[in-house]
Amino acid sequence: MRQADPALPVLDIRDLVIDFAGDDGMMRAVDGVSLRVPRGSTVALVGESGSGKTVISQAILGILPKKGRVVSGQMLFSDPQSDKTVDLAALHPSSSAMRAIRGDRISIVFQEPMTALSPLHTIGDQLGEVVRLHRGASEKEARQISAEMLRLVQFPDPERALSVYPFELSGGLRQRAVIAMALMCQPALLIADEPTTALDVTIQAEVLYLIRRVQAELHMAVLLITHDFGVVANMADYVSVIYRGRIMESGTIDDVFRRPGHPYLKSLLNAVPRFDMAPGERLQPIRPIETRPAMFLHQAREAKPIVSAPLLELKGVSKLYHLRRTGPGAGSRTIRAMDEVSLKVERGECLGLVGQSGSGKTTTAKVILGAETPDAGKVLYRFNGEARDLTGLTSAERFAFRRRVQLIFQDPFSSLSPRMTVRDILAEPLIIHDVGSPDERYERVKELIRMVGLNVSHLRRYPHSFSGGQRQRIGIARALALAPEMLLCDEPVSALDVSVQAQILNLLKDLKAELGLTFVFVSHNLAVVDYIADRVAVMCAGRIVEIAGKKAIIEDARHPYTQALLKAIPTPSLDQKLDFAALTESGASDPVQWPEPYRLLDGMHPALQEVAPGHLVCMPRARQKAA
Amino acid sequence: MLRYTLRRLLGMVPTLLVISFLIFLIIELPPGDYLTNQIAALRAAGEAASADKIAFLRTEFALDRPFLERYLIWIGLWPGPAGFSGLLQGNWGWSFEYNQPVQTVIGPALPLTIILNFATILFVYAVSLPIGVYSAMRQYSFGDYFFTFIGYIGLATPNFLLGLILLYYFNVWFGMSIGGLMDPQYVDQPWSLEKVGSVLSHLIVPTIVIGTAGTAGMIRRLRANLLDELDRQYVTTARAKGLSENRLVAKYPLRMALNPFVADIGNLIPSLVSGSVIVSVVLNLPTVGPILLDALQSQDQFLAGFILLFVAILTLIGMLISDILLAVLDPRIRLGGAVRR
Repeated sequence: MRQADPALPVLDIRDLVIDFAGDDGMMRAVDGVSLRVPRGSTVALVGESGSGKTVISQAILGILPKKGRVVSGQMLFSDPQSDKTVDLAALHPSSSAMRAIRGDRISIVFQEPMTALSPLHTIGDQLGEVVRLHRGASEKEARQISAEMLRLVQFPDPERALSVYPFELSGGLRQRAVIAMALMCQPALLIADEPTTALDVTIQAEVLYLIRRVQAELHMAVLLITHDFGVVANMADYVSVIYRGRIMESGTIDDVFRRPGHPYLKSLLNAVPRFDMAPGERLQPIRPIETRPAMFLHQAREAKPIVSAPLLELKGVSKLYHLRRTGPGAGSRTIRAMDEVSLKVERGECLGLVGQSGSGKTTTAKVILGAETPDAGKVLYRFNGEARDLTGLTSAERFAFRRRVQLIFQDPFSSLSPRMTVRDILAEPLIIHDVGSPDERYERVKELIRMVGLNVSHLRRYPHSFSGGQRQRIGIARALALAPEMLLCDEPVSALDVSVQAQILNLLKDLKAELGLTFVFVSHNLAVVDYIADRVAVMCAGRIVEIAGKKAIIEDARHPYTQALLKAIPTPSLDQKLDFAALTESGASDPVQWPEPYRLLDGMHPALQEVAPGHLVCMPRARQKAA
Repeated sequence: MLRYTLRRLLGMVPTLLVISFLIFLIIELPPGDYLTNQIAALRAAGEAASADKIAFLRTEFALDRPFLERYLIWIGLWPGPAGFSGLLQGNWGWSFEYNQPVQTVIGPALPLTIILNFATILFVYAVSLPIGVYSAMRQYSFGDYFFTFIGYIGLATPNFLLGLILLYYFNVWFGMSIGGLMDPQYVDQPWSLEKVGSVLSHLIVPTIVIGTAGTAGMIRRLRANLLDELDRQYVTTARAKGLSENRLVAKYPLRMALNPFVADIGNLIPSLVSGSVIVSVVLNLPTVGPILLDALQSQDQFLAGFILLFVAILTLIGMLISDILLAVLDPRIRLGGAVRR
């Protein structure tokens, strides 16, 4: 067999132009993009959402939405196996020639592992389908190959996994299954479209490592589409930066990181929170927003007496969830969402709550809001100097409590009613709590919208005409409408692009400084929490494992889980690459595997011990006999 | 799966009890009963002698007992004048209007009702499935608009009118006899192959007429469901595997879109029965619909009660079938209650 020309790139995109039919004529989504993916290498395509990076991946596979059309340009695909070059742009998307390439020679891993698999078919069925389709494998062979691939992606018990449905798996395992599915035919090119954006850092590191290992084993080229420079720094050989459908800069990873040329790339790099930021250094959003302080909030602040006592205190709060199983082998399963969680939030500070999904941080937020009743323990909130347990509030008091604590949601798309104008959305809390006359309310609404850097003319519009970042700002304005004392932010930036994330983080930081607000900031991203929080609480498996000032957490993490979490964060720098091999062996999110004295077995009391002033670490001890 | 089915079956028992109670309550809601109406009519005619006979009937059928007792006697959980003899014992009651046991009055209508309903449901599903899928896959195409238009006509046209028109043309084109569920010469004849054929050919018009509205609604629903699913990520995943469009749609989004489609089986039955009353009258079909109408008008309570209960049982069976089908189709229901995040 003749070896293919090794210099020939697997994919060579030349002057690709793609148009989308919009409401007002054609819109150019991709404008003269050229991109080369050399064999066996990883090329990162970096850009914000809406920059056209996903459109390119769809065009390569011929799965553009109906509204999109390749206008001109070439996408030359050279399969190293057959040494044939085809122009993908010239093939009809539903032609059999294109279908033969799609899923066989080129395959894709999508962002959302939760929705990328059909909930009605077993993993084995969905994986095996690929080889049955492209290789004509029998059902038995297909199962065998599927099991092999699942083993390759380190699936625990691959044989059993074949007959499991996706909804029975965790997000990380689903993403492994999706990757295994993409690898079934050992493609020449793997497109990974934000493969880890929806995952927690520790799982992200595992999945990235997995892609790297499999790539070496199968000699594939990888086109990595992402907005995360941390991921890029750890994965890519070449980088292309795309902005509004045009490539701004491309080169080797060294060129791009050490000598960023284009101002856009520089500003993108500056917008990402890093651990080595100087104290007081601000993120620089690409498009800064101009805000105007809202007077009524300042007045509200001055009216409040300053008392030096914790505003909120959780004392040994536990919350259990009972999952009912109705299927075969029925029986209930208990999930310990919070296990004797104790923490204090001082007035005017920002407490960051960090943990991976399922660690209990959202439950903690709900308990603080009074949306969930704890099974044990107390949630004390200070009303006018007097600490009250939230569970003991009358409904009138509870109503008043809602004015003091407000929530900012994760998803700016589903947290605003699409049927209300921005003005109605902002005025609604005022109406519910019967604040002011209609004229006074309108004045407040106008101040609020200016405060988050939008115009009064935006008030008449509906949420759908705003971008994700703008919507999140509307959500912040709504949360502040009642001049609350405390804001609970549940992953407020995890659905946003880096540049927009910087905007929102700066806005929140300014509001906190100006208005003396108290924040509880829930996030899985330690770098984000580090930027905004004063103190950080790390949660794992329903327990708080470490609380300390943010500097102590980052420089002097004691708990093995915190250490693992820190190690798993990809930094956008070539000098601090992730140590993948060390990461995957630790099993750091399993409390039983933690070394002594941190090991936490079932039924132990997760006691916090002070190791330095203000630095608490969980060192479990046997539970005393209940009195 | 077996446990699931058994649990559903067991769940039907209390449901049926509650339904039977409600039916009995509602039927007895209007003041008086069939016999008091009769007595009033006889008094007006001055025939006091027959009134004695009616008073005898009152005790005979326990109409003089308190409400709850009457109900329990009806379903056979309480000894009546003739001991335990209610629905549970197989005694369907007495029709005053026809002066015959309920069994004799509606016995012949029951199987025909079931056959007609079954045929209609089959028709609804057989027609709406392909059209719904076609309309969703070719959204805004000529075919989509065409079927949508036909569907709206089907929804908007009064059924009996459509029935009359179809009857006329079937008679003109195929020489089929007007009305009824079989040619007149087969009535009261023993079942034969020809008779079955005649019944089947007479089923066509009522099936189409009763089914059109349901079909039109079903097409719209399936189209909307499928359109929702077609944009989902897992469909793109399947497309990225290289599956052809038709195989892909049949395997993934259609399976998802079928859920509400299947869940409607139970809901279809009562609407078919109640919706077909006028059609049955116009087309002279020997189904329970017209009998129910008469029974309700004349307060023939045992007859009406039994028919309503019969429809309720049909509905419950429909629900059971759709529940079982859903569990077969959707592993999330079968293995339900698992973690969803």
